[in-house]
Amino acid sequence: MSSYLGGRLVYALFVLWGSLTIVFVAVRIVPGDPAQMMIGASGTQQDVEALRHRLGLDRPLGAQYARYLAGAVRLDFGQSLRLEEPAVQAVGERLPATALLSGSAMVLAVAAGLPLGIAAAIRLRSAVDYLVSVASLLGQSVPNFWLGIMFILVFARWLRWLPSAGIGGVQHLVLPALTLALLLIGVLTRLVRSGLLEVAGEDYVRSAYAKGLTRRAVIARHAIPNVLIPVVTVVGLQLGNLLAGAVIVETVFAWPGAGRLLVDAIGNRDYPVVQVAVLCITAGFILINLLVDVSYAYLDPRIRYR
Amino acid sequence: MTAARSPAFGAPRPAAGRARRRLLRWGVPLLVFAAVAVAGPVLVPYDPVTVRLADRLAPPGTLLPDGPRAWLGTDQVGKDLTAQILQGARISLVVGLTTVLASGAFGLAAGVAAGYRGGPFDAVLMRLADLQLAFPSILLAILIAAVLGRSVANVIITLSVTRWVTFARIARAQSLVVKEREFVGAALAIGADALRIVRRHIAPFAVPPLVVVATVELGLVILAEASLSFLGLGTTPAHPSWGLIIADGRDYLTTGWWISTIPGLVLSLVVVTVGQFGDALRDYLDPRAVAG
Repeated sequence: MSSYLGGRLVYALFVLWGSLTIVFVAVRIVPGDPAQMMIGASGTQQDVEALRHRLGLDRPLGAQYARYLAGAVRLDFGQSLRLEEPAVQAVGERLPATALLSGSAMVLAVAAGLPLGIAAAIRLRSAVDYLVSVASLLGQSVPNFWLGIMFILVFARWLRWLPSAGIGGVQHLVLPALTLALLLIGVLTRLVRSGLLEVAGEDYVRSAYAKGLTRRAVIARHAIPNVLIPVVTVVGLQLGNLLAGAVIVETVFAWPGAGRLLVDAIGNRDYPVVQVAVLCITAGFILINLLVDVSYAYLDPRIRYR
Repeated sequence: MTAARSPAFGAPRPAAGRARRRLLRWGVPLLVFAAVAVAGPVLVPYDPVTVRLADRLAPPGTLLPDGPRAWLGTDQVGKDLTAQILQGARISLVVGLTTVLASGAFGLAAGVAAGYRGGPFDAVLMRLADLQLAFPSILLAILIAAVLGRSVANVIITLSVTRWVTFARIARAQSLVVKEREFVGAALAIGADALRIVRRHIAPFAVPPLVVVATVELGLVILAEASLSFLGLGTTPAHPSWGLIIADGRDYLTTGWWISTIPGLVLSLVVVTVGQFGDALRDYLDPRAVAG
């Protein structure tokens, strides 16, 4: 188990290094001069030179990369170009809001997806099953930014039940979390439904019925534990999409998180902040996948890592 | 599927008729959409980017003072929404098809070569693919698009870079299987070189599964383009894509709800149709994989 964990950890570090490199290359591969792009047409040649020096862009590429990696180890990505603080600090301040939004969406998705999937599997080809299928198909096809705007239109503008923007009490959280969760609810529902249908014919399910257990007990104690492994995998994989989706949902609902900061920073050509925000989201994704791998061993006692 | 239950050799498969009908049910609307998008300028004789302030924020169905009817309303500067949506359809179609073709062709070449070659080339390419999958793809797209700047061509480049991995993996898996087949050995024996074997004997087997993936990807690419444009990282206002129209309509929800609503409905409808068509195509081509 510990050597398995060690292997996963090394792999996670490799992926982290790769993401750092991708971000490094992406920001520098731009045709033309990044310093010129950041300053825009209004700056003088002197300003551009000064910024280029400040960002270290006047050094050879290898030296830039070494300095960049050394800085990354110390979590130092330089000063934000627009905000009067280090880029890491600017993103760090916004991370709790993003975590709150993504976490709520995740809880909401699991709380809704599991029962809906079970209901659809029990009442196969019924109205419930049909409704759940259509809803989960829509959840996966409707763009989340548009869904968010429609929620604002209906619940904030027309019905005036909920606020449309900003952060505050639970009422501010409802619409963005629901918007973010809907895709995952659709995915989870389909997964739980098909997983249950798959195990329904297994011998152990028949045995459980034969010894007189009720359907509720069979599903809760014998079927669901066997469906959980793919569910946890997908939840882990989807969390990356959830974090990326948060970028868009935060923009729609003016939610003061790291995703909205990223979009603002792109508009301001504030590349240090862009780097840190992208890396934070990716690091979160890598960490979650690591946790998912570890959790398998607890969910399925048959899995033994050597 | 056991031998006893399979139909006589050559007999029509019972499920095939259903799969074909399903293919038509979703394929025909898709063709109609493509035709309408291409014929848009002929169907609606307004310029989608002409500003007519006198007609601004007219609700759907309004008869404009100078004669024509704005069936889907006008936007905040009086541009006809029907014309804009048709223009947006063309952009979605061009971006979607070009991206899928470009990333599919690159993925096919890279995947087949990696699978056939093996060794360090394969290892490096697949690690690169893993690395890229560690990034949520829309995030990578946001990063690249932010660096490249806004234009239709840049959106296509961005999305192609983020989408090639899926194609490459499937092409590689297919190539690994096919290269062990006897006809590959036979081709080697009569002196065919690696390029010929890959092109004539292996790649043709990788294409059919990639076509199915391409249909599914088409929907995802259209969604991704709309998301990028919504964030201001996609097309420019000179090429109003659906994402851009939806973003513009956000400021007029109270006075002009239709500006954001209608393009989003159309976009959702297209994505659902493409997705269902992809499913139907997979079932049609591979009847064993029919979902329960």
